[in-house]
Amino acid sequence: MSETIKLRKGLNIKLKGGAKQELETLPFPGTVALKPTDFPGLTPKLMVKTDAVVQAGDALFYDKYHPEIFFTAPVGGKVVSVNRGERRKILEIVIETNEKSGSVEFKKADPNTLSQDEIKDLLLKSGMWPFIKKRPYGIIASPLETPKSIYISTFDTAPLAPDYSFILKGQLNTFQTGINALAKLTTGKVNLGVNANSAFAGIKNVVINTFEGPHPAGNVGIQIHNTSPINKGEVVWTINVQDVLFIGKLFETGKVDFSKTIALAGTEVENPKYYKTILGAPISTIIDRKLKNVDYKQRIISGNVLTGTRVKPQNYLGYYDSMITVIPEGDEYELFGWSLPGVDKFSASKTFFSSLLPKKEYEMNANLHGGERAFVMSGQYEKLVPMDILPVHLLKAIIVNDIDKMEQLGIYEVIGEDFALCEYACTSKIKVQEILKSGIDVMIKELG
Amino acid sequence: MKFIKNFFEKTEPLVQKGAKYHWLHSVHDGFFTFLYVPKKTSKSGTHIHDHIDLKRTMSIVVLALVPALLFGMYNTGFQHFKAIGEIATAGFFELFLYGLLKVLPIVIVSYGVGLGIEFVFAQFRGHEINEGFLVSGMLIPLVMPIETPLWMIAVATAFAVIIGKEVFGGTGMNIWNPALVARAFLFFAYPAQMSGIKVWVSLSETDKVVDGFTGATPLADAAAGHLNYSVADAFFGFIPGSIGETSTLAILLGAVLLIITGIGSWKIMVSTFAGGAIMGLILNAFAGSAGLSPEIATYFGMPFWHHLILGGFAFGAVFMATDPVSGAQTDTGKWIYGFSIGLMAILIRVINPAYPEGMMLAILLLNTFAPLIDHYIVQGHIKRRLKRTSVSRRTA
Repeated sequence: MSETIKLRKGLNIKLKGGAKQELETLPFPGTVALKPTDFPGLTPKLMVKTDAVVQAGDALFYDKYHPEIFFTAPVGGKVVSVNRGERRKILEIVIETNEKSGSVEFKKADPNTLSQDEIKDLLLKSGMWPFIKKRPYGIIASPLETPKSIYISTFDTAPLAPDYSFILKGQLNTFQTGINALAKLTTGKVNLGVNANSAFAGIKNVVINTFEGPHPAGNVGIQIHNTSPINKGEVVWTINVQDVLFIGKLFETGKVDFSKTIALAGTEVENPKYYKTILGAPISTIIDRKLKNVDYKQRIISGNVLTGTRVKPQNYLGYYDSMITVIPEGDEYELFGWSLPGVDKFSASKTFFSSLLPKKEYEMNANLHGGERAFVMSGQYEKLVPMDILPVHLLKAIIVNDIDKMEQLGIYEVIGEDFALCEYACTSKIKVQEILKSGIDVMIKELG
Repeated sequence: MKFIKNFFEKTEPLVQKGAKYHWLHSVHDGFFTFLYVPKKTSKSGTHIHDHIDLKRTMSIVVLALVPALLFGMYNTGFQHFKAIGEIATAGFFELFLYGLLKVLPIVIVSYGVGLGIEFVFAQFRGHEINEGFLVSGMLIPLVMPIETPLWMIAVATAFAVIIGKEVFGGTGMNIWNPALVARAFLFFAYPAQMSGIKVWVSLSETDKVVDGFTGATPLADAAAGHLNYSVADAFFGFIPGSIGETSTLAILLGAVLLIITGIGSWKIMVSTFAGGAIMGLILNAFAGSAGLSPEIATYFGMPFWHHLILGGFAFGAVFMATDPVSGAQTDTGKWIYGFSIGLMAILIRVINPAYPEGMMLAILLLNTFAPLIDHYIVQGHIKRRLKRTSVSRRTA
C-alpha cells in the first residue's frame, strides 16, 4: 500500500556547513580498522592474529553468541594491531592496506534464484550480515529469526545529513539487486521510506511509503511506527541505504566492495562536500587539510550531531556512519549567555529572538548551554517525537527500572536516535539517549 | 570584564572538596554560573544542545511578573492615599514611590531568605544551585497582603523552601507550588494577620482614614452580599487585594509573554478560566433557589465572568497553576487539571464562608491530585497500545 504520511511533530535544525553535491575520491588509505565497539552488545571472538594477511571479505572476528555472524575485512592487507582497552576489551582491529590484494571470491547469482537459506549463508560468510539491524533494540539481527518486515529509510533528515539520492546516483540497479536479496529474508515486505520526488520511488519488489515532515521523519523507527507499529514479540529488520548497495554488489559480482561515499560537513570544514572512501577508513585521511585553521578546539563527529560518536584524527570512521561532522567545541565561558537576546542562537523553544528573526542556517557548538537538572518543564519532548508515545514517562520508567512499565510504554519501538531531538531541546540537559540505552540494555538482559 | 572570569577561574580550585574554602563551594558555583554560562561541553548523547536552560526559562517568568509587580507597587500607594483621602492631590510618582518602599523590603526578604536556604542545601547536597527559587522568590511577595510583617514573610519563605521543596528533593521534585505553600502556611498559622480588613491596605498607626473606608476586598464584600466594585476597577486593578493579584490587565500581559515563548502552558490557563466561568454560570443558575439568604443569593447571582477578574483567580491561573513541576504533565491531564482548579476555586469562594478566596486552596488540592490525573491518562495510553497488539495479532 502506497501512502503519503504527513508528520507534524519534530524539528529541522538547519545548520551551516552543508555538504555541496560534489564528489571527490580520497586517496586510498594506508590503514583501515573495524571497531567491535560500533556494535552495541557485541562480544567479539578474534579469528585472526597480528601479522595475518587477509583479503577483503576475510573474517576478522565473529559474534560469540552468534558464531555464524562474521565481521570481515573491508580491504585486503596485513593485520597490524589489535588495540585493546580496559579489561582487554577489543577496541580496534587495524589492517595495513594493500590496494592490490583484492577480494575473496563468493558465489555470484541473481538473488531471485536463490533460497532464503542460501542468501543468509552468503551474507553471513561475506561479512554483510552486521549491516542488518533489528527492532526492537537496534542491535544486529539474529539469523535465526524471521522478521515480519524489513524497513529502509532512503532519506536522512538529521542536521547536515547526506543526500542518498546523490550518493546512489547511477547505482539504483545494484540497489535493486540488494533489495531483491533482502526481500527473500522476510515473510512480509520490504518497506522503502521515501520523501517527495524521490529517486527511489521507482524501486520494485518493495512497498513505497512517502513521508513528509521535519526531522525525525527520516528515522526508520518513526516510519515503522507510522505504518505498522512493532508490538511485543515482533521483529522488524532495518538497514542503511549504502549498506544495501554493498549487498547488491556482492550478488552482482561475487566480490565484496566496501567503498562508500560519505559527506564531510559542518561549520569547521573549509569546503564541505562528498568524498568516496572505504568502510573503516581513518578519520585523518578524510579530514586531512580540510578543516579551518583556527585557535579554538574543534569537535570531530563520526555521524551526525545528534547521534554520532566523538572521534579524534587517529580514530576510524564508524561502521554505520555516512558522514563526518566537524563543529566548534565551544568550551568557553559566555558572559550572561542565558540572558542575551540571541538572534544567532537557534532554539527549539521560542525564547530567543532567533524565532522572531529567523535565519536560514545557524552555527552550533558542543557547549551544554546550561547545567544538568531534574525534569522540570513538561510537554517539551512530546512535541518532538512523531509517535504515539509518552517519552518522559518511558524515560522515568527506565530510571526506576520498572520493566513492565517500560514494555507498556513502548521501549520496543524506540532507540536513541528517535529521542535524540528531545535530548537536544531539553531545558534540563538530561542525558536522554544514555538513559534509553540503559533501558534497552536491561530489556536485552532480562528478556532476550 | 575578563578579570571577573579570571577571578572565578582562579578561585575555583580553592572551593573544591578538601580545599580550604570548600564551604563556599555552592556560593562560588552559584555566582559563577549566574554570570557565565559554564564551559562544559556535551560528553554523551547529542553533541549539540539547545541554548535554552532553566535560568532563561525562569527569567522569562520573572519578566512576565514585572507588570503585576509594578502595578502592585503603584496600587499599594493608590489604596493608601485613597484611604486617607489624599488621592486627588497625590501625584503618580508619589503613589508609586510609596508602594515601592513598601513592597521592595518584602521582595528582598523573600529572595534573601529563600536563596540563602537554597545555597545551604546545595552545599550540603553537593550539587549546583537550582534556579527554581528565582520564580518562587518573586511569586511569594505578590500573593501576600501588603501589611504582612516582614518576619512572617521570612518564616513563610523558609517553610516553603524547606518543607515545600527541599524535603522532596529540590527543584523538579516538589508536589505543591512552593509560593502557595508559603501563603497557605501564613493563612493557617497566623489567620488574624492574613485576613480581615486591616491587612489589604497599607496604613500606619498615625494615618486617619476617611469616612466610609472599610479596607475590605471586593470578594469579602461580595460574600456579605454587597457588590460594590466597578468592573473597570477590578480589571485594571484599582481594588484592594494581595500585592500582585489585583490587575487582571497586568496579569494578562504576563500571560501573553508566557504563551508566546511557550514557557507557560496555555492549556492550563484556558481551562482554568473556563472552569471558573462554568462554575460561575452554575452558581448563577442556582441564585434563585429557596433557602439561600439574601446575601448569598446576591453572591450566587454575581455575573459569572466577574469571578475571573476578582481576587487571586487570574494570578493563580496564569502564574501558579502553570507551574510545570506541581501541575499535571500530560497534555490531556493539563486540561482536566486546569478545569478542575477553576471549578473548585469559585466553588470554595462562594459556598464556603470560612474562605473568601478559594484559588490557593483549589490549586494546592489539584497539585495533590495532578499525579493521579496523569496516572489515569498514562493508563489510558497504555490500554490503547495493548489494544493495538490484539488488533494486529487478529489480522496477521
